[in-house]
Amino acid sequence: MLMFCCCLLQNSELFTLTYGALVTQLCKDYENDEEVNKQLDKMGYNIGVRLIEDFLARSSVGRCQDFRETADVIAKVAFKMYLGITPSVTNWSPAGDEFSLILENNPLVDFVELPDNHSTLIYSNLLCGVLRGALEMVQMAVDVRFAQDTLRGDNVTEIRMKFIKRIEENLPAGDDQEERKMVFY
Amino acid sequence: MADGVLFEFLHMEMVSHVFKDQQSTNGEMNNKDRAVCTSVLEGMGFRVGQGLIERFTRDSPSFKDELDIMKFICKDFWTQVFRRQVDNLRTNHQGTYVLQDNKFVLLTQLSSGKQYLDDAPKYLAYSCGVIRGALSSLGLDSVVTAEVSLMPSCKFQVVIQKL
Repeated sequence: MLMFCCCLLQNSELFTLTYGALVTQLCKDYENDEEVNKQLDKMGYNIGVRLIEDFLARSSVGRCQDFRETADVIAKVAFKMYLGITPSVTNWSPAGDEFSLILENNPLVDFVELPDNHSTLIYSNLLCGVLRGALEMVQMAVDVRFAQDTLRGDNVTEIRMKFIKRIEENLPAGDDQEERKMVFY
Repeated sequence: MADGVLFEFLHMEMVSHVFKDQQSTNGEMNNKDRAVCTSVLEGMGFRVGQGLIERFTRDSPSFKDELDIMKFICKDFWTQVFRRQVDNLRTNHQGTYVLQDNKFVLLTQLSSGKQYLDDAPKYLAYSCGVIRGALSSLGLDSVVTAEVSLMPSCKFQVVIQKL
């Protein structure tokens, strides 16, 4: 049991260290934080559109009836499965189309400190892209952004998610689907 | 505790990004561009490999010789990082080691077809760096390369540099 826990810990460190190396590299490659934020979001999106398939295959979650259910699945199933944490779902808008995920601790930022000249860097912005990409694949267009960030001095990390609209199901042309399968598998 | 799959997805996207980025600056990819990309990925892996060892071996006893270190890499290190042990370790006892992993975790996502053999090195550069970084933190300077002849099996060649 102890060895199993150790293994999980090491896997976490490989991911968080790799992520740190990626952010460092992006900061070298791009001139400003805004551009790095954009790249992280884009990369997260590319990961999200594939991660959803892994998620659906491994969890026994069915179609969500509404955005509230989606929020619960994201917090209690997805975050738990992939990052081992369960953020709380709060701050619902009156219309029920916007909520916050509050992360007491963000595993991505263990041992990370933002240097002074990167005050506008959204270090964990990959997460926003992942959520956006994953939800797009289940026909939901959402806007995801960090409202609070412990790396920037806030007490908690808060991700704000807003439902934009439902995406009509577009069945891809047969050839495209085959090509997609070839690249990922 | 991040799920291992996250690393695989992140790695794949990193490779894709580094290669796409280089391509867009130069229009098309030549061997020099490819070398720059693998070098960037290898460099990232190096720092991560160093960082991993700093965390692993805090409580471990010190190693008695070079071979002991390589066995650690093949067993404990490989298990924690690549989620299985190296299948085969060979050495000429003169500083060259070949580590064979028959189901390398970062290759299993790629199709086993021959057309992906050419691309495989892209997906090994980072791992070569991780191994080189780990060895560096363990006191060994090395050159690490990898080759694939049959997916998803690959061989990492480690040549310890004598100072």
